[in-house]
Amino acid sequence: MSIIKVENLSTAFGDNLVHNNISFEVNKGEIFGVLGGSGSGKSVLVKQIVMLNEIQKGTIKIFDKDISKLSIDETKEIKLNFSYLFQFGALYSFLNVIENISVMLKEYTNLPSDLIEKIAYTNLDIVGLPKRVAKLYPSELSGGMKKRVALARSLAMQPKILFLDEPTSGLDPASTQQINELLLYLKNSLDMTTVIITHDLETIKTVLDRFIIIKKDKIFDGNISKAMNSDDEFIKDFLTNKKAM
Amino acid sequence: MNTYFEIKNLQNNTFELLLFDIWTKDNLNKIIQNLEKTQIPKNATLYVDFENLKECDSSAIIYLISFIKRFSKDSVFLKNSQNYQKIYTFYEKHYQDSFDETQNKNQFIENIGRKTYEFYKGSKAFIDFIGKVFYFFIHSLFNPTKIRFKATLKYIETSALNALLIVAVTSFLVGVVIAYQGAVQLEKFGANIFVVEMIAITMFREIAPLVTAIVIAGRSASAYTAEIGAMKITEEIDAMRTMNFEPTLFLTLPRIFALCISLPLLVFFADVVGVFGGMVIAYTHLDVSFLEFITRLHNEVALKHFVLGIFKAVFFGFAIAIIGCYRGFQVQNNTTSIGKYTTISVVNAIFVVILIDAVFSIIFTQMGI
Repeated sequence: MSIIKVENLSTAFGDNLVHNNISFEVNKGEIFGVLGGSGSGKSVLVKQIVMLNEIQKGTIKIFDKDISKLSIDETKEIKLNFSYLFQFGALYSFLNVIENISVMLKEYTNLPSDLIEKIAYTNLDIVGLPKRVAKLYPSELSGGMKKRVALARSLAMQPKILFLDEPTSGLDPASTQQINELLLYLKNSLDMTTVIITHDLETIKTVLDRFIIIKKDKIFDGNISKAMNSDDEFIKDFLTNKKAM
Repeated sequence: MNTYFEIKNLQNNTFELLLFDIWTKDNLNKIIQNLEKTQIPKNATLYVDFENLKECDSSAIIYLISFIKRFSKDSVFLKNSQNYQKIYTFYEKHYQDSFDETQNKNQFIENIGRKTYEFYKGSKAFIDFIGKVFYFFIHSLFNPTKIRFKATLKYIETSALNALLIVAVTSFLVGVVIAYQGAVQLEKFGANIFVVEMIAITMFREIAPLVTAIVIAGRSASAYTAEIGAMKITEEIDAMRTMNFEPTLFLTLPRIFALCISLPLLVFFADVVGVFGGMVIAYTHLDVSFLEFITRLHNEVALKHFVLGIFKAVFFGFAIAIIGCYRGFQVQNNTTSIGKYTTISVVNAIFVVILIDAVFSIIFTQMGI
């Protein structure tokens, strides 16, 4: 069952055509990758899906609804059902860790505050952070911790779709592996659909169920074993020595 | 009545909690209120039946876990929970109940101590900063090629030239106001002509330097703090250090030079405009013609008043620039920090300008000038 459906999407900035007629689908429960070289417009594509960037041509459907024709209430409903993990976390600097995690619960539900606190601490534990960081502010955290807190914030509302923008970039190999394991763990435990923008070969090989590679056009759609057997030089380079990046 | 759960009292202190319908964060609050009203003894044996539950989200699961944890572990049994087993086990594994609230109740003394220590450290850092500025100032005097003339000119343009209009308008209005207020009083005594001394001396000695300095403190101290603060956040200042560009030479000294040079000039400009404002009122309300005004100004107002005002302006300029820069370097790596330190910098700068003015007043009076 497809949750996100992108049809004939084209995007240009001035004369620079970034996407040419891209179509793909993301199915329920899978971990889906959007790959491509630097500047190939991966982030633009995903930001169009989450309604941060304008759609110039083509349609994007989430839960079978065309996102360019939504009422305010429908927009809210869809937005509450996905969450976006920004590359550098984008934690609110004026809130501490636990407030950052519980901000959406406080705003959108009327749950008792002690339960919100329990949910927040539970999510903090899920991403593998100790309780002592709960009262720290984002400026006191390392880059990897910020990403984890941001992930906890994304998980707190239990979204149906999770968008991750380079979740492992700038992390050490051990942390990268931990995040990858966490993503697989979340997939198995929570049946979440995940869309990942990534450069990381390890993530591509171990975590992704299926992925597309974009280079203006969509040049590949499938899983890792299909990609490894591909004859296309670009794809081979991309998945082996990263020459294309 | 609620349709979300039902509690059955089986025999022998054994209860069964049947869950119905949909449990999500949208209706959970109501469910919790109802469920908390029911009384099940802590030592009871509890069966939780998931059979009729249609949907359940993580918030509800976490609440259920917290509810079930109140009973002893061996006496709670989940029935028909296959559909929710995975998510239940997942959240149960990560469930956090007790938070270490290590906050002390009586922090009053601790706060005083911390504030005092921070004040001590802050003062030390500021003195350190001033010391560094003077060190590099002397250093650049012996190595004039290190003085950033271009940057200094740029800051003179942005901090002084672009501020001419606002300084002109403010000092003109202040000149008008003083003349107006004075005119009423002087007219009572028929001492119209003394309006010249009144306007000239107050403008030259106090008002023009003070008003100009306050305008520039609001304008430039904030700009300097924000500029340097933003550079600090983007690691530009660290980049400069690694390239052995000393930030004091590149960022602080040009700004200090710029204000020390331009503030006296601005004060001179404010003197002229302010006295002109007074002159206009003297002409329209007190029948003192422009020619009379200027002749009397020339004959009766000593040059020292004017010189004192200009002299003070140099110190004001120094204080504003150094506070603006110092607060900029204090900015930490988060977005709220710039706003915080910009506010502090303007408040400090205005306060210090007034403080310096008061100190000079006392000194000049004691010296008899």
